This record gives sequence, structure tokens and C-alpha cells, in this order.
Amino acid sequence: MPTEKEIYEKVREILVDALGADESECTMDATLMGDLGAESIDFLDIVFRLEKAFNVKIPRGELFPDNFAAADPNLTKDGSLTAAGIAELRKRLPHADVDKFAKDPKVENIQDLFTVGMIVKFMEAKLAAGT
Amino acid sequence: MRWFWIDRFVEFESGSHAKAVKNVTLAEEHLHDHFPGFPVMPGSLMLEGMAQTGGILLGEKNGFNEIVILAKVPQVTFHSWACPGDTLTYTAKLMDVRPEGGVVECTAHVGERLVAEAEILFNHLDKSKAAGSAALDQKNFVFSMGLLSILDVGTAGDGSAAANS
Repeated sequence: MPTEKEIYEKVREILVDALGADESECTMDATLMGDLGAESIDFLDIVFRLEKAFNVKIPRGELFPDNFAAADPNLTKDGSLTAAGIAELRKRLPHADVDKFAKDPKVENIQDLFTVGMIVKFMEAKLAAGT
Repeated sequence: MRWFWIDRFVEFESGSHAKAVKNVTLAEEHLHDHFPGFPVMPGSLMLEGMAQTGGILLGEKNGFNEIVILAKVPQVTFHSWACPGDTLTYTAKLMDVRPEGGVVECTAHVGERLVAEAEILFNHLDKSKAAGSAALDQKNFVFSMGLLSILDVGTAGDGSAAANS
């Protein structure tokens, strides 16, 4: 079972490959879309590379949920997530910093949840579970 | 202009790899501008040929039931030229197939000489969002114009000769 540092280094290498980012930009707090310039197509590339590097399977929507807000009208209201929405987000993304997001739960801020750290935590949990 | 940047498949192993050829000819209009006095196959069109080879390989794996579109080229390197009279051979290897799309690794050779190599990421288009004709056009692209011969050289996933459809 690799250490957090080892996982972080592998994830960072993947993001450098997939996004053309600088190693130094890929801090744990760096957001994929805001700081590293990722686009939705890059998410698929990242998932593919993570699967290859860590020899795991990452089913669709497990790391990056699709169309979260669009799926259920009870989850959002006037461009922000409702309490039900935030709860659902916690359920779907246990590896993300939802508390930080909950302070300003606008739908457009969901993308700020996708940080380098989120991917590292996700891989840690996945490798520990052995799935 | 008909957007065929491969001429024929010469090898096709369903779900695994495929080889297609493209003959570079002086009859291609753009060569006279690319470049004047020094006609060479544009890299972008070699990339398109590799994408067509890989995209059809991916599409066939799902029986052409998904609309395959070129989404991202994470890496591509051009090593040497392809000139009029050359036959380019594109070799595509299927690296990953999933519901969302797939990844192929491709090379382009003229004989033994490596001309280009690329990693190409494809997406499956959400059929509910796509206009109805897009899926049909992909099937037509493959099954018209003698590209149909992929089925003659092909082997299905279980090693048997691919059936004509």
C-alpha cells in the first residue's frame, strides 16, 4: 500500500502528462479546472491514466460525478445546492472537501471541489479498500 | 471533398489492433500549397488518418452502436516526412474501451520508417443529445467506398473470420 506522498507523486505526474501543467503548480489544493486549466474531456484522460498507473478500475462517475446538479431538481434551488444537494454531494464525493464548498454552495463552485488533493484522497481510499 | 484519410484496411483484429494504408498522391490539391516545391503530407491529415483508423477500430468493438468522436490528442510526435508516392501505413492499438469512450495508440510508417506516433482519446457521443443522422453517417462512412473490405481482412473477437453484415 503506497504512502500518501507516493500516491501524490504519481497523481502529480499524471496531471503533468494529461494537462500539460507544471509540477510546481500541482499542489494539493490546486483546483483542476481553475488552477490547472482542465476541461471536461481531460477528466476521462485522467481517469484512464489513474487506472493504468494504480492498476485499479474506476467506474464512470465514481471520481468525477457527471451532471450532478442536472440529475435531480430537489438538489438545487436558484443556482445553489439545497441541504439535500449538499448531503448527496457528500455521499457521492466522500473524498472531497464538501465542508469548504458548503460555505458558498453555488452550482458553479462544484468544480472547485476537484482538486489534486481530492484525487489523492480518492486513490488512498480505493487502494486501501483493494477494489 | 470527401473526408477519407485512409484508403483501405489491411489488417483488422476486432478489439485489438488494426492497420490501414493511405497512398499519398500528387493529385491531392493541398500538396501543391504544402509546400510549393516541397510537397509533403500535412501532419494534421496524418493525425486524421490515425484517428480514423483508431476510431473505426473502437467503433467496431461496439458494433458501431456508439458515435465515436475524436476528443483529445494527449500526445503526438512527427518524426519524418511522407511524400507523394509513399504509402503510409497507420497502425492503431486499442488501449482502453469504456462506456464513455476509448484510447488508441497509433503509429504512421512509410515502409520501416517511422513518420509519426500519437495517443488519441475518443468520446462516445450521448445519443440523446446528438442529431439522429450522426450515427448513421458513421456507419455509412465505414461501410461504403470499399472500406467494407475491413470485414474481409478482419477477425472477430473470438478469432473467427468476421462475418459480413
